[in-house]
Amino acid sequence: MDSKFKTPFGQFAYSVFAWIVGLTVFFPILWMVLTSFKSELDAVNMPPLFFDFNWTLENYSGILEQSNYFKFAMNSIILSFGSTFLGLIFAVTCAWAMAFNPTKRTKDTLLWMLSTKMMPPVGVLVPIYLVFRDWGLLDTRFGLIMVLFLMNLPIMVWMLYTYFKEIPKDILEAARMDGATLPKEIIFVLLPMALPGIASTMLLNIILAWNEAFWTLNLTTSDAAPLTAFIASYSSPEGLFWAKLSAASTLAVAPILIVGWFSQKQLVRGLTFGAVK
Amino acid sequence: MSTRASTLAGRVMSAPSIIALFLWMIVPLGMTIYFSFLRYNLLSPGMEEWIGFVNYKFFLTDHAFFASLANTLILVGSVLVMTVIGGILLGLMLDQPIFGRGILRILVISPFFIMPTVNALVWKNLLMNPVSGFFAWISTSLGLQPIDWFTHAPLTAIIIMVAWQWLPFATLILLTALQSLDRDQKEAAQMDGAGPVSIFFYITLPHLSRAITVVILIETIFLLSVFAEIFVTTGGGPGLSTTNIAFLVYTQALLQYDVGGASAGGIVAVILANIVAIFLVRLIGKNLDA
Repeated sequence: MDSKFKTPFGQFAYSVFAWIVGLTVFFPILWMVLTSFKSELDAVNMPPLFFDFNWTLENYSGILEQSNYFKFAMNSIILSFGSTFLGLIFAVTCAWAMAFNPTKRTKDTLLWMLSTKMMPPVGVLVPIYLVFRDWGLLDTRFGLIMVLFLMNLPIMVWMLYTYFKEIPKDILEAARMDGATLPKEIIFVLLPMALPGIASTMLLNIILAWNEAFWTLNLTTSDAAPLTAFIASYSSPEGLFWAKLSAASTLAVAPILIVGWFSQKQLVRGLTFGAVK
Repeated sequence: MSTRASTLAGRVMSAPSIIALFLWMIVPLGMTIYFSFLRYNLLSPGMEEWIGFVNYKFFLTDHAFFASLANTLILVGSVLVMTVIGGILLGLMLDQPIFGRGILRILVISPFFIMPTVNALVWKNLLMNPVSGFFAWISTSLGLQPIDWFTHAPLTAIIIMVAWQWLPFATLILLTALQSLDRDQKEAAQMDGAGPVSIFFYITLPHLSRAITVVILIETIFLLSVFAEIFVTTGGGPGLSTTNIAFLVYTQALLQYDVGGASAGGIVAVILANIVAIFLVRLIGKNLDA
């Protein structure tokens, strides 16, 4: 601990200051959650009502009764988990090969994979859209799972590679000496040891897929549309809908916010590709 | 012998991912390049013909291109300045002992996990609405005229909401870098009579330079492609005032069905992003050797 604050009062005052700053950054989220419990009339009241309004759950019950909310939520779950599991199968094998059987070209391959992540999506929007249209993949969950899987594959390979690198090679070789076949070596030796790394890779990718809003907005209309598109549908009408918008938004972000809180430390590793530790 | 077998196994195991990424990026990119040389509109199918660089000529001399390039650069530049400075300040703040620091850090990081469409609509309506928005109340309480953000300063409004989303990213990375700073070095400087300002500029900031570079490069790559915030709030308008390159390509492709023109625009966007990506890949590659 820093010895900067000589008095307990100094530290207390500093903490109060820091909390004010922190709550200011968090305020839009807090305000959204508060508004979601207001009636539409209270939501647009001037001056704004902080806590002294009639707390109501009517926005939530209204949204949950609309059966299509579940369809969008279900799509979000299917798309983010589906693309993450598919990605995991590809990324674990690829990262295993790169971490334990590197060749001269492994480093270049890794960097090439990363460079595909740096390509702006508009650079491939037109051909992907046309291929999807011609193959009947527009607005299908399968098509979108493929897109989200491929979009995040470089990050998954990269993260798993950095985690696998920390596992001593000798242990895998010992298993091989004992007669373990390759699938057994990966499933029974490597995966249990790398479990924390795999878990955080999965969490980060679920977050990224859940919040992805370029391809999901461009390639879906209704059948495969996730929550990003559901919320976007609130953008057109003007009028008294803020409380419902807030409730829908709160429902859409709450699960991933909680996942995000648990994975905040791995976030740095995953999103900087190991450049900052 | 075993090395040859394991090399083979390594190739076989990494092949699916490499092939998948190749099909996902390189093949479509090749198609985009090909389309960019065609007169190709979805409204007149069967009329495609090779027209060389005409699409590029039209795209690069269109006033919409200059407007959206300027908007892209203003958006990226402003968000970078706001998030890097804000991130350093928040990082320094969170690096001190605070009651409940763990919870406070979680609150500060939260905006990063909010999906872009929610971010945009909450800011546009609940906060920035000129009549019933929270900011309007602050303005009138201070005796000022409320700002009609999306009429008079639409690009600024987009910049603010995007900066809010990316501030946690900068904060988190800079905080991680700050925590690896050697305390002894700081204490030695204090012993020698250095004040907090000179400690910041001569010790802390140089230590952060690498992390700041990483933040700038990674944010730039994502910020060049900002789309959803514009899509749900302004639709690129009024006029072209909030159209960036990504949104311009989208309107050409999916609203005007001009495949050739949109492809040329897409290639221009790729070239812009690559200028940044080259530096980032080099930086990461160096780190890989270490």
